[in-house]
Amino acid sequence: MRLKCPLCGDRDRREFYYYGAEDYLHRPAEGAPLADWDNYLHLRDNPAGVTKDLWYHEQGCAQWLVVTRNTVTHEISGVELVAERKA
Amino acid sequence: MPELIAKSALDGQAPLTLGGVTLAEAAVGPITSIAVLPGGAKAVAKGLKPLGLAMPGPNSFAEKAAARILWTGRDQAFLIGVDAPALEGAAVTDQSDGWAVLALSGLGAADVLARLVPLDLRLSAFPVGRAVRSGLNHMNAVILRTGDYAFEIMVFRSMARTAWHEIAAAMEAVAARASLKS
Amino acid sequence: MRIDGKGLIDRTKPVRFRFDGKDYAGYKGDTLASALLANDVRLVGRSFKYHRPRGVLTAGSEEPNALVEVIGAKNQTPNVRATVQEVFEGLVAQSQNRMGSLRFDLLAVNDYLAPFLSAGFYYKTFMWPRAFWEGLYEPLIRRAAGLGSLSGKHDEGVYEKAFAFCDVLVIGSGPAGLMAALTAGRSGADVILAEESHSLGGRLLSDGGVIGGLPAGEWVAQVVAELQALPNVRIMLRTTVTGAYDHGTYGALERVGLHKSARPNLPRECFWRIVAGHTVLAAGALERPVAFEDNDRPGIMMASAVRTYLNRYGVSPGKRVTLFANTDAARATARDLMAAGVTVAGIIDPRPDAFSVEDCPVHVGAEVIGTRGRLGLSAITVRKGAETFEIETDCLAMSGGWNPTIHLTCHMNGRPRWSEDLAAFVPMEGAVPGLVAVGAANGSMSTHGALATGHAAALRMVDALGRKVSIDLPAAEDAPYQLRALWAVEGKGRAWLDFANDVTTKDVKQAAQEGFRSVEHMKRYTTQGMAPDQGKNSNVAALAVLADATGRGIAETGVTTFRPPYVPVSIAAMGAGGRAEGFAPQRFLTSDQASRDRGAPMIEAGLWYRPSYFPKPGESTWREACDREVTMVRQAVGVADVSTLGKIDIQGKDAGRFLDFVYTNTFSTLPVGRVRYGLMLREDGMVLDDGTSARLGEGHYLMTTTTAAAGLVMRHLDFVHQAFCADWQVRFISVTESWAQFAVAGPKARALVNSFLETPVELPFMGVAPVRIGGVNARLFRISFSGEEGYEIAVPTRYGEALFRDLVARAETMGGGPYGMEALNVLRIEKGFITHAEIHGRVTAHDIGMEKMVSAKKNCIGKEAATRPGLWGPEREQLVGLKAAEAISAGAHLFVPGTEVHRETDQGYVTSVGWSPTEGAWLALGFLKDGRARIGQKVRLVDHLRGIDVICEVCNPVFHDPEGEKLRA
Repeated sequence: MRLKCPLCGDRDRREFYYYGAEDYLHRPAEGAPLADWDNYLHLRDNPAGVTKDLWYHEQGCAQWLVVTRNTVTHEISGVELVAERKA
Repeated sequence: MPELIAKSALDGQAPLTLGGVTLAEAAVGPITSIAVLPGGAKAVAKGLKPLGLAMPGPNSFAEKAAARILWTGRDQAFLIGVDAPALEGAAVTDQSDGWAVLALSGLGAADVLARLVPLDLRLSAFPVGRAVRSGLNHMNAVILRTGDYAFEIMVFRSMARTAWHEIAAAMEAVAARASLKS
Repeated sequence: MRIDGKGLIDRTKPVRFRFDGKDYAGYKGDTLASALLANDVRLVGRSFKYHRPRGVLTAGSEEPNALVEVIGAKNQTPNVRATVQEVFEGLVAQSQNRMGSLRFDLLAVNDYLAPFLSAGFYYKTFMWPRAFWEGLYEPLIRRAAGLGSLSGKHDEGVYEKAFAFCDVLVIGSGPAGLMAALTAGRSGADVILAEESHSLGGRLLSDGGVIGGLPAGEWVAQVVAELQALPNVRIMLRTTVTGAYDHGTYGALERVGLHKSARPNLPRECFWRIVAGHTVLAAGALERPVAFEDNDRPGIMMASAVRTYLNRYGVSPGKRVTLFANTDAARATARDLMAAGVTVAGIIDPRPDAFSVEDCPVHVGAEVIGTRGRLGLSAITVRKGAETFEIETDCLAMSGGWNPTIHLTCHMNGRPRWSEDLAAFVPMEGAVPGLVAVGAANGSMSTHGALATGHAAALRMVDALGRKVSIDLPAAEDAPYQLRALWAVEGKGRAWLDFANDVTTKDVKQAAQEGFRSVEHMKRYTTQGMAPDQGKNSNVAALAVLADATGRGIAETGVTTFRPPYVPVSIAAMGAGGRAEGFAPQRFLTSDQASRDRGAPMIEAGLWYRPSYFPKPGESTWREACDREVTMVRQAVGVADVSTLGKIDIQGKDAGRFLDFVYTNTFSTLPVGRVRYGLMLREDGMVLDDGTSARLGEGHYLMTTTTAAAGLVMRHLDFVHQAFCADWQVRFISVTESWAQFAVAGPKARALVNSFLETPVELPFMGVAPVRIGGVNARLFRISFSGEEGYEIAVPTRYGEALFRDLVARAETMGGGPYGMEALNVLRIEKGFITHAEIHGRVTAHDIGMEKMVSAKKNCIGKEAATRPGLWGPEREQLVGLKAAEAISAGAHLFVPGTEVHRETDQGYVTSVGWSPTEGAWLALGFLKDGRARIGQKVRLVDHLRGIDVICEVCNPVFHDPEGEKLRA
């Protein structure tokens, strides 16, 4: 598997650390109800198809990445820097 | 008063040549991390100007006289070989003692590295002047191409012996393969 | 027998080798199989289950029978395919899977037990009585199971792994592969041509023919010479591409030194990760056997293999050869044999309309229905219509047609397509992105078809790469490939499908009968396709038999999934470089040599090697040294290297704000020159790490992490920064490696420190100051992990060794000295300081009694989640100290004295233990339900593993100097 780091370019999967769904980026505001925290911490979709998840270029530029990929075809359609993400 | 004697990461390690490839510890002088703070790019550019250098683009390094500037990450570079000038707009951190620098040169240098790093080392993909952060086996490393057949490899100082050992083992295997052809 | 004038072996280079204790001669260029056949050795192995005598079936890596052990000076490699292993001077091999000699294998009795060993017998036989399992069945199965044996010693051989990149990867070097490689190579694209065998040419080396007006051999030589001369083409011989993975990544196994006697440093194998922009799969096709009664005797071989042995190795596997084949193409084997002067005793062709032009007896519309010969074929029985007759023969060449080698196209879940014309599966286009199958691998069975499809695919790739090339397609034969599928000949006896796993047509039919109608179920029930050849010889025929038995078509029946690796890959090759020291980097302290000089045993702690203790003359156990070192720190002064702690330099106007966000407590209010202990949570409220952070300047902090979590914390900080506050004025970088840092602790610590500072400083507890030592800029912290007055001195790493030696020498003049990890651990247990033994990922700030450190005045990572119900309160297991008069252990569990010991009554567990010379007792830290309310009570500590059952006193975790007077002295 290969990922195209927006900074470092096309790299082997072994340089990256996998974290989990991009939900971790959507941190509830201070004082949000516990249900929001439960959702943020624990509830995850498991799509057969396009998904977005977080990878860390650990043996590279140390940037966190949002990777859009298809769990069925393994196609990677986008890699974005967390620090410069648009959404 | 203690007399503090400085030692390099691989103090006393003689260069190793095998199959036309040479591995040696390199002394590169001071290493300073320059991490540009938001909005600080202009000030940093100004501060670097007297050195004839600018913040390098991703995956590259540039040299001017004794100074080298090396991209190490988003908004970050290492200034090597000269003392850092006073810089506004950046976090400046001394990294001189944090790294061991190994020089690998010779016709088969890329073949040796291909045993250790998951990078496309073809000259077309990895020309002279390129510097990347990657892995040397399990170790984080910065790898620079300083010549068609010459690389410099930076690893954390505490891992210098492991890096040396693993590169030397790859050199041995590459040299032994070459002996098959004869 | 060897045939004069035939073959590509080098007859000027004879080679001696040994098989089953007997010496033989072969030539350079021989495989072990060809050399044994040249010496008329037909019996080379015993089958897996029934221990039937077996001989060479194929001439390639798909070989199911001729699996041998190769014995080296330092290695013993089982399951080596004799058809792949090249002979070399001094090669020693032996047959395997036998008890006794190969000719008189005692386990051949299994063959007579066959009625009881049919499909699914494991599931039926070893069920009861239950008590028989451990005593009888398991040892029995273990003895009989598995193929070959290992030496039982470490494999000291060198293995290699490597990475390669190319524009075009060509897999296979037959006509299709050579044409593709030449086309891409001439365009200037970077080409890797991977060939499994030891020379390029593929079937052209066996089949000959004419290409572009040249004999095939000459054409191959010309192309090879051109490829070798192209600097952009890399030829990888003896390299099998074993797997296709995501995004153009391929695994490949190269047999680097297996064809030579061992040489120092020469890798035996190399496992390559090849990344290709485009890939041409030109892996050819595999000929398939026909199932008929007793079709497994030594001497019965694939027709194409017989032709390969003849034309490539100059060997005829028999003196009177017969051919049983259902294609016109297979007749070439008989013609080549006759041309070489070998007697062909008959051609048996099941097609009633087949031609018969050969100068030997040809029986059309006939089938082989049986064979004779105990340890090797002596005769076959042929049925033609109502008539049955025998033909004396010592070699039967058989062919049931060809299966395209589609395996790699299935590695990413691609399903192959059934072709009625070929009676075979062909690749689904696009099954592996970037890979195009050509030639026989894609069902183009003629030489012209191979050349043309290889050429066309490469041209498209060259075009996609933005390159140009002009290359003519040479002319070659384009005979149509026609066959009438023949999978199995009807008969009463056992007809083998899977030679390697001893699966017969009967087994497959039985599986269908018993309800295992799905091909995946049949496979698992019969074990068909689960042997080292992974069903390469049997898959399609087996599912044809299954289709027949279940009344379905083959396409409908489907095929099992081909998965990597295509050929067996030794674990040693896949994990090359990862053995022993290569498993993980070793991190060495600057004090490493100084510690070793003092005889300190080094222990690994998070990749670092740290001194365990510093033995003194007269001390015979580690405990004596540890007790002495603890007392030394409590009464005088000790020096320890603490450089392994993670150090992160944090700068910027928002640095304090950032620390406030990642720590539970507040750092933005910390005065410059002061240090504060900080607690860091994960977002789920559990403790992530702890450590001290110093404020070095207005916008400049130095964070310390634990050794174990240094990398984890860095990753966490990167995430928090990049995800939630990327626009803040803050930047940080690891300086762990930049500073060597030494703890100086004990009542005499201040005197020691002041003895070497250029200007002595008066630091308050939890203070930090820049200092100069011998002209070097250093940092002095007043912090303590021991409970004594303590300092940590940091110097640039290059000076670490010198400073350590100096500090230790000074300490020794004051009645102190160095202390190791063991003493460090006891000191911190006495003081109730936690490590990752305590903050192991399931504890909250409340659990460790630090809930007051979670500031109510600000937001921070983990704060909200820590308030969730169930994460605080008396039902939680809380940090306590434990004291006992007898030895206790970490990992023990805690119970109320007098209650039964089981899971339901479990009250907690012990995380750290040490003998405290200071307290004169065994001390422990652990977690106990509602522990803080139980201080002063007794608990029962039970460790079944170590046989410990002790009553302990529950204590405040801070045993030593609970008021902290010594720290602040």
